[in-house]
Amino acid sequence: MVDAHALGKPQPLPSGAPPALIALEGIGKTFGRVKALADVRLEIRSGECVGIAGHNGAGKSTLMAVLTGVFRADEGTMAIEGRQVSDFDPNAARAAGVRCVFQELSLCANLSVAENMSILHPALRGHDWRRRATRLMLEQLDAIFPGHGLKGHELIADLTLTQRQMVEIARAFTVVSDPVKLVILDEPTSSLDAHTAAQLLAFVAKAGERGIATILISHMLGEIVQAAHRVHVMRDGRVAAVLPREAISHDAIVAAMGQELDAHAVPATRREPGNGDARATPAYQWRLGPDARARIDASRGEIIGFAGLAGQGQSEALLAIYEAATKARERVAFVAGDRPRDGVFPLWSIAQNLDIRWLLGGRGKPNTSARPFGLIPRVIDRRAASALTNTWTERIGIRGASSAAGILSLSGGNQQKVLFARALASDAQLILMDDPTRGVDIGTKRELYRLIREEAARGRTFIWYTTENDEFAHCDRTYVFRAGRVTRLLHAHECNEQSLLAASFADTEEAAA
Amino acid sequence: MNWTLDRATLRALLPAFSLVAVLAPIFFLQPATFSYFGIGLLLNLAVPLVLATLAQLAIITANDLDLSIGPFVSLVACIGATLLADRPLVGIAALAGCVLLYAAVGALVEYRQIPSIVVTLGLSFVWNGLAVLLLPTPGGASPAWLTSVMGYQTPFVAAPILWSTVIAVLVHLLLMRSSFGVRLRGTGGNPRAMRRFGWSLVRGKALLYGIAALFGVLSGLCLLGLTTSADANLALRYTLLSIAAVILGGGEFIGGRVSVIGAVLGATTLTLAASFLAFLNVSPDWQVGMQGAILIVVLSLRVLLQRRGGQR
Repeated sequence: MVDAHALGKPQPLPSGAPPALIALEGIGKTFGRVKALADVRLEIRSGECVGIAGHNGAGKSTLMAVLTGVFRADEGTMAIEGRQVSDFDPNAARAAGVRCVFQELSLCANLSVAENMSILHPALRGHDWRRRATRLMLEQLDAIFPGHGLKGHELIADLTLTQRQMVEIARAFTVVSDPVKLVILDEPTSSLDAHTAAQLLAFVAKAGERGIATILISHMLGEIVQAAHRVHVMRDGRVAAVLPREAISHDAIVAAMGQELDAHAVPATRREPGNGDARATPAYQWRLGPDARARIDASRGEIIGFAGLAGQGQSEALLAIYEAATKARERVAFVAGDRPRDGVFPLWSIAQNLDIRWLLGGRGKPNTSARPFGLIPRVIDRRAASALTNTWTERIGIRGASSAAGILSLSGGNQQKVLFARALASDAQLILMDDPTRGVDIGTKRELYRLIREEAARGRTFIWYTTENDEFAHCDRTYVFRAGRVTRLLHAHECNEQSLLAASFADTEEAAA
Repeated sequence: MNWTLDRATLRALLPAFSLVAVLAPIFFLQPATFSYFGIGLLLNLAVPLVLATLAQLAIITANDLDLSIGPFVSLVACIGATLLADRPLVGIAALAGCVLLYAAVGALVEYRQIPSIVVTLGLSFVWNGLAVLLLPTPGGASPAWLTSVMGYQTPFVAAPILWSTVIAVLVHLLLMRSSFGVRLRGTGGNPRAMRRFGWSLVRGKALLYGIAALFGVLSGLCLLGLTTSADANLALRYTLLSIAAVILGGGEFIGGRVSVIGAVLGATTLTLAASFLAFLNVSPDWQVGMQGAILIVVLSLRVLLQRRGGQR
């Protein structure tokens, strides 16, 4: 822990200054066993624009949910204009003048632009509510995005993503009866083009002059540099650093985001590439993305990492590779990270979950290519299946229940081990992993890393998308993704936290342009 | 921009087109039906179905499905023919109890996050059982006032058309135009956003289910007024017909996208289709199939419209 916390200590208030609009002190929030926020302090004064930066999962969105009353903090105190509040829910937040533009938008697609106003403003009622809503919405759209071209009666479902984001932003600034004092903009420009994004930033500055405070969360660090008076950098649910106006720069933010990991960087456990001739000709090659611009290749026994911010096209790339590999009759397996959605069969036993991929393979004949779903149903060799289950349960260390028990009787980490075993027990030579250690404890992670290295040494190829940067220490090469494209290829020796962060944010300005 | 507007308009007009497509051949084959009495006869049973459709629409607005509306309408008719006729106060209390129960079911579905299909499928047997208990054999008598209301001859326009129009306009104003209705539709459109802004989803769903029950009660009473006697299995078909009518009218199963006027037109179209086939001496067995065919044609058209929009 660096002395970041000390940086966040309050400056002595000039005497006679009005109390902060909102002051958070020691805020903590825990989900299950995951500490999402710990000891966060944040003070917002009217008229200022506070930037919040941090990697995915740093706790930014959770903190905003606490500020808007969606989540209640487990610990800590909250004061609004100097008054302590205990019962802070969405209605209290609205009354206090806190508004939020949510990252994944909170518009009802089945309602019109004007009708969506009624959801934010309970005071919009009576016979002419529709007319008033339309007028307010259009005024605000005109003020922020001149030339927006909307009329107010369009269904949200018929609008483009950019238009929807414009509506969501404009709605947050409208006033019916409750005042607007603080507007939280969570990734507000993710689907705006450069022109409308510039309009928004200009408006934020103007709103600040009128006393409206804003919180700007953005992966486009250039926007934060341009607009923010102060930047809080979050890391692992804590405020890792507070940068005052004069210290804000692209590099300073990136450095602060990486700070903590450098302090106890994982010693990179290098391994030799699987076999000597691996470098000669890659065993696999794919062209991906728009116009097949991204070229990705992999040798046998290699571990390839996919890096970048979350949702920059890595999962899509994995799926495209899976599709291409299946078409080419490669023996391929997929380890899903989103267990409930596309990992486990919740009603099946542990054994059934484990051997399903093996059943689809060309059992016992390692040289025939996989024939998924042959036309003639074959009888399952139960003895072989249970032997396989026993071997892998032991090898991968699945603990907590017998293999006949339901998969859900296992803890999350052990379920993930079953998914790994499912892929490794099969005949697959290429294994794709979509953020496979999400929500897995550190002990299990270490076991999985060891297993991946062992299997790679035996000639299996791994493609590994992860949101945890220290995992790239296990990769031979790492492709960095940005907006659906590969922007950089890092070799093992250059793959550290700093260069990963720099590459993830590298073309921020380009992407915005 | 123009194109999307056109597509939206076209989509909104589709229920009207399908109504005309069924109505035109009827007038062509039986010109006598193009009269006050002819239309009254054709659409005689439209009003109860329109009301049942609106009940279903309220549930579909909340992204749920009600598989018990048919048995519920039958039960209401049975209550009307027995309790309401003999002891009006007890009858009214029973109907009010039904509405409250429905609202409680809505709250339960949201609170416990149970699939509405399972709950309402179970309830359909409960309603049916209660109806059989009340009226083991077909019979009973409609209260006199109810029969006279339903038999009332409106001037100029046949009664079913007038009632359907009035109902459509009123419910359109309530659900589509008022801020109250817009917020209810928001619960179906983006429940997460509604909760974030401090609206209670439990309350929203309870309200929508309560509204559904209210229309179910009205539907049952109308049906009783028209048939003058009840039967525990009187309206079982309404469950699927009402779903079909909502979808025919431009509604979607998820996302809270519904159209009140479209649904009323859809219910009218389905009623007409049955009468039309009866005119052609098609046996009732085939009528259900024919209604299904109409549904498939209209839905295919809609998918085509969406596909063309998607390609653009």
